[in-house]
Amino acid sequence: MLEKLAFQALIGLSFSMYLWLLAAGLTLVFGVLGVLNFAHGSLFMLGAYATFTFYGILGLNFWLSIGLSLISVGIIGAIFERFFIRHIYDIDLPYQLILTFGFILIFDDLVKMVWGGVAMIPPMPRFFEGNLSILGRPFPIYNLFIIFAGIAVAVALWLILEKTWWGRMIRASASDREMASAIGINIPVLFTTVFVFAAMLAALGGALGTPVRVVAPGIGTAMIIQAFVITVIGGLGNLKGAFVGALIVGILTSFGILLFPVFELFIIFVVMAIVLMVKPEGLFTK
Amino acid sequence: MTKLKTLLLAALILFLLLLPTFAGKYLLYMTIHILLLSVFALGFNLLLGYTGLLSFGQAGFFAMGAYASAKILLIFPSLIFGVLAGIVAGGIAALILGFLCVRHTRIYFSMLTLSFGMMIYSIAWKWRDVTGGDDGLVGIPRASFQIPGILNINMNPMGNYYYFVLVISLIAIYVLYRIVHSPFGLILKGIRDSENRVAFAGISVSNYRLLSFTIAGIYAGLAGSMLPPLENTVTPPLAHWTHSAEPVMVTLLGGIHTFSGPIVGSILFYLIKDIIVRFTQYWLIWFGSIVVLLVLVFRGGIVIFFTDQIWPLFKRT
Repeated sequence: MLEKLAFQALIGLSFSMYLWLLAAGLTLVFGVLGVLNFAHGSLFMLGAYATFTFYGILGLNFWLSIGLSLISVGIIGAIFERFFIRHIYDIDLPYQLILTFGFILIFDDLVKMVWGGVAMIPPMPRFFEGNLSILGRPFPIYNLFIIFAGIAVAVALWLILEKTWWGRMIRASASDREMASAIGINIPVLFTTVFVFAAMLAALGGALGTPVRVVAPGIGTAMIIQAFVITVIGGLGNLKGAFVGALIVGILTSFGILLFPVFELFIIFVVMAIVLMVKPEGLFTK
Repeated sequence: MTKLKTLLLAALILFLLLLPTFAGKYLLYMTIHILLLSVFALGFNLLLGYTGLLSFGQAGFFAMGAYASAKILLIFPSLIFGVLAGIVAGGIAALILGFLCVRHTRIYFSMLTLSFGMMIYSIAWKWRDVTGGDDGLVGIPRASFQIPGILNINMNPMGNYYYFVLVISLIAIYVLYRIVHSPFGLILKGIRDSENRVAFAGISVSNYRLLSFTIAGIYAGLAGSMLPPLENTVTPPLAHWTHSAEPVMVTLLGGIHTFSGPIVGSILFYLIKDIIVRFTQYWLIWFGSIVVLLVLVFRGGIVIFFTDQIWPLFKRT
């Protein structure tokens, strides 16, 4: 039984990493730009579709496909930020949510128009096929790769924010926008770069998911709510919290499917509600 | 109300009353949907526009009303009991969950209502024995409207059911109009504008918020309860958060600071949808674009835009 649970935790861990890539960008955008972006999940979906096109349809190299889709979604993100998100920094929450919700509708239908409404799964890259024996059970190599990729992104993100000039500018403007502007940081440009970066993180999540998860319209909408749960658990705008939150939600979902398949979705929202009622600033905010 | 407004309102109600004499089944069906969305969104706007709380879980209460009404109609086919069950279900659910929500404001309130709405969704989706799971409940009869010994109206013709929904909706709208123009409504507006001042006046802010939340839940439940007899089926997506976005959209479309905003928004929502689907199946692209344009350009909503920008042009000439 214990082995079964440990194995299930490992499955949950790989699911956590997709959630983490999505929640990281959501948290970054909320923490720095102050915008809660409903359409962040759509960028995840676009990443998946772009990779599917480059890799599954055009038959390009897997890594090249991921790189190209990051660039494509990055460009979409830049346009999205420059022409739309920029105008809603300072308006009331309902309008922010509804504008970005409008983009969910647009992106979902656009994807249907271009790729059709059916769900698709491209073939697994050759070098990721096969399983590793863990705890006496076959564990897909690809899932192991996802876990490492997610952790690598977390470390890289930490290094970028703590050690680079760009990271310092981000932290400065997140804590005091006006002060940062006063000491000469070009806020509009910085915000665009942050948004593009966040869009690329989401796209990476979508791209990495293509060989194992379905590519279909609406995958972004399904994921974004779980990403909301994560950012709430970890504390809105708190990156470390988002990482731990993603682990909690991913593993809880995985256990939920095993132990109480009827209530797996229910439990996640119960956790979210309890955190909001007891410690609304998030579990990991001091 | 000015004379002109009263006249316009009378004309509108007359038009709605006479609609079945010349409209086809489809137009009546659409008008019923507009009425249901109006009631749903008006209740929602009591929270957003008058109390200053953005709920993203109203679909949960709508679904509570729809499922309760469906259950009653399947066991005991009486329209009036179905609607009552919907009101009670929506109201009680909102009272209980509201008690947990109203202590929080702003984004935390929105997230909390979102999570409760999604809990209701996951129950509707997974509790197969009661809710029928993802198939939902089917074969719900459009029971006749009867008061034993006095009245028995067959609801199967669309025109009859239309009148039933119209009368109930008009009553509900009138009641809400009286509520927002009562001292109670004034206190809600006070809470929206300055929570502390209201608290200093010795008024319990959270009690008033809870009452507002419960009324919004009752209206959602009422709107939901009239849906199953129309569609003969209820399914879990009714409780999904994307459905919660609907009253938010139409309310912002019409305008949150006017009483009629949500009604105008609901009419526009179905009108826009109906026009666009004639040209393309991808109507959400266009509707999404309208929503985006609305936020960027007409942030006060269509009603305010009309009364402040367009109306003065006519007055001058």
